[in-house]
Amino acid sequence: MQTEPSAPLVSMRGVDKIFFGGYANKGIDFDLRRGEIHALIGENGAGKTTLMNILAGIYSPDSGRITVDGREARFRSPRDAIEFGIGMVHQHFMLIPVLAVWENMLLGLRDVGFVLDLRSMVSKIRDMSERYAMPVDPEAYVWALSIGEQQRVEILKMLYRGTNVLILDEPTSVLTPQETRELFAALRKMTDAGHGIVIISHKIDEVMSIADRVTVLRKGERVCSVEARLTAREALAEMMVGRALKRVKKSGGGPPGRAVLSCRGLCARNDRGMASLSGVSFDLREGEILGVAGVAGNAQGELCEVLAGLRALDSGEIILNGQDISGRSAREFIKRGVSYIPVDRRETGLAPNMNLSENIALKRYWRKPAAVWKIFMDWKFISGLTAQLVDAFRIQAPSPGSPARNLSGGNLQKLMLARELSDAPLVILAMHPVWGLDVGAAEFVHERLLEERARGAGIMLVSEDLDELFEMSDRIMVMSGGKIMGIAERPQDVSREEIGMMMAGVPMRAAV
Amino acid sequence: MSVDIITPILAAAIRSGTPVLYAVMGEILSERSGVMNLGLEGVMLIGAFAGFSATQATGDPAVGIAASFLAGALVTSIHAFLCVTMGANQVVSGLALAMFGEGMSAMLGRNHIGQTIAGIKPFRVPLLGDIPIIGQIFFSHDVMVYASYILVAALCFFIFRTRPGLNLRAVGENPRASDAMGLSVARMRYAYTLAGGGLAGVAGGYLSVVYSQMWVEGMTAGRGWIAVALVIFSIWHPLRGALGCYMFGGVDALQMRMQAAGTSVPAPILLMMPYAMTLAVLVFISIRKRQGILLGAPASLGRPFRREERE
Repeated sequence: MQTEPSAPLVSMRGVDKIFFGGYANKGIDFDLRRGEIHALIGENGAGKTTLMNILAGIYSPDSGRITVDGREARFRSPRDAIEFGIGMVHQHFMLIPVLAVWENMLLGLRDVGFVLDLRSMVSKIRDMSERYAMPVDPEAYVWALSIGEQQRVEILKMLYRGTNVLILDEPTSVLTPQETRELFAALRKMTDAGHGIVIISHKIDEVMSIADRVTVLRKGERVCSVEARLTAREALAEMMVGRALKRVKKSGGGPPGRAVLSCRGLCARNDRGMASLSGVSFDLREGEILGVAGVAGNAQGELCEVLAGLRALDSGEIILNGQDISGRSAREFIKRGVSYIPVDRRETGLAPNMNLSENIALKRYWRKPAAVWKIFMDWKFISGLTAQLVDAFRIQAPSPGSPARNLSGGNLQKLMLARELSDAPLVILAMHPVWGLDVGAAEFVHERLLEERARGAGIMLVSEDLDELFEMSDRIMVMSGGKIMGIAERPQDVSREEIGMMMAGVPMRAAV
Repeated sequence: MSVDIITPILAAAIRSGTPVLYAVMGEILSERSGVMNLGLEGVMLIGAFAGFSATQATGDPAVGIAASFLAGALVTSIHAFLCVTMGANQVVSGLALAMFGEGMSAMLGRNHIGQTIAGIKPFRVPLLGDIPIIGQIFFSHDVMVYASYILVAALCFFIFRTRPGLNLRAVGENPRASDAMGLSVARMRYAYTLAGGGLAGVAGGYLSVVYSQMWVEGMTAGRGWIAVALVIFSIWHPLRGALGCYMFGGVDALQMRMQAAGTSVPAPILLMMPYAMTLAVLVFISIRKRQGILLGAPASLGRPFRREERE
């Protein structure tokens, strides 16, 4: 049910938002019609989430006007936005793990009685979850739910508040392809009921399959709004990036090298002490990129940490270059040529309050030539090395003496790569190495990894982005529930659906 | 030991646990909203002096208790402003409040040391007080003790069974999510921190107006710190909090009798017990966490919240 474009459900005009002196949003116009799915796309840092946070009343705009259903809207808090029927499902869910589903649904509501009524709430949730085909158990605790279930709770929570305008921030990044299809079917039910939906995304293929219209943002400004079915995906990609995309070229792989890292029956527990990695065995060969696919939280992180010597093994063997090094310290792993690029560059990867040279020194402070007699730091040598690396990795920083926290995400990542790749490692464990980077920086990271591959390093690349994995990997290994579901020896012969089935926990059928 | 020896000790345990109980209930409210108040010792002393001087001035102990609530809330408002509005470090602010309260009460009370007042008299509850043993232990005290029973029950119901109680738990667990659901995090944190301060004031007021009916400098004697420890022991649950308070009261009553009887067990060992119990509970909480069971402090305890701050 499309109404005429003159009466949009939501209309934002000339919205500005300034963060730390820079424009996060600049003069943005945005319309949402009744019954449409409107995709908001752009690179990381393009201002998509900021714009929608403004619509949801979380940020207040520095200038601009918002009208909802023809009414002028001035939101001072999320409560005001909720009263106008606007609800947002954030990328990091706004759920409270220690509370039950029904308690989370009730949160902040004013029109329920003083005393909580479990029974009526449970039956209301059951009704709604049936109507929209989104199954949830109302009495379960949120911490016990899967990510997909948590997302359904978030959406139902918004619908329960009478939301007309549902905003979803990167809703599919935590779902398998199958779960994504179910979500999209449920979203269609909602638009049929007259709701308007905004999906924030950076995955163009997905956007093309679900959206009616697409608005492209770049560097805080709107590039255009177009009908999805009248637009080519390449055109959208160009609008997002602002130039034609250069595809990173992978030179043809030589014959598979010998195994540089062999894992045999690795078992480890997660931070909460529960069994996580259960019996993982594989070989990483010289000069290959082994892609690791899987939905977030299926022990990929634990696997990386085990292989970097940061997490204790319950059982299993790690054989590096023919030597069993399981149970050794992280420094022992570093000494023997294991490099680790963790996902959280501000936490595990770098020390944000220390300067560039100090961060570069983190991996070599105990050995020559950075340290004299293992005690005194040779800062002259370290600054020289830092200057060299800043140059080679094109790191944009005020000075080598400035704290790392002043660097942008892309430059932080380059700084970490500079430290991890500068000593010709045998094995590189890269977890989401281009997460949160703009296209230019991502290209750079990919090129560097391919250079390391050509040099002969064995690279394990963990990613949730199947496009990235198919583009970069020589082989793709799929993990689910802490186990390997299969390894695709020749990714070009495997379909995304097959990878999706394995991500959902179905083991690979014999020999693909 | 026979019943005639144990019963009076248990009755004394209730009486001696009650002042700590008020402080613990207040701190549970405050911490459930995400604001930790380590200044209980100071707030209790301010409350004790306010209760003492209001009773002395008006001759009405009810006015004294009301004054101790108001004084407790008033002095805690400094802490609330620093922690909620200014986003200051709650540990530093709380410790400062503790010392501020000790100093302030000592200064205000320097001309009143040792003076006595006519406080609240014991009052045996009809019928319930006549039940053998039970009546003597629970229902032969004063009206503030009976009020504290109601307070514990009311808080249990409020926190776990009502809508504002659900919102309170949510704000302490995840202020960002609560804010997105339209709750006013700042307003709620102010309300519960001040209520908590008021109850800590009443805890002090109980000491001066009911328990000893006089002003003594530093008369809380570390009960504020014990209350902080017992909140952890309770795992932020009013019922377990009450249990902890009465256990402390029992230890306190026992050590006085043992000292009087001249036993060889040194008193400090018994006074150490509440802290030892707290350490044991902390170990218990981390063991449960390793088993995947979430227990323990409200997740945002001690962390300030600002809506537009990026994480």
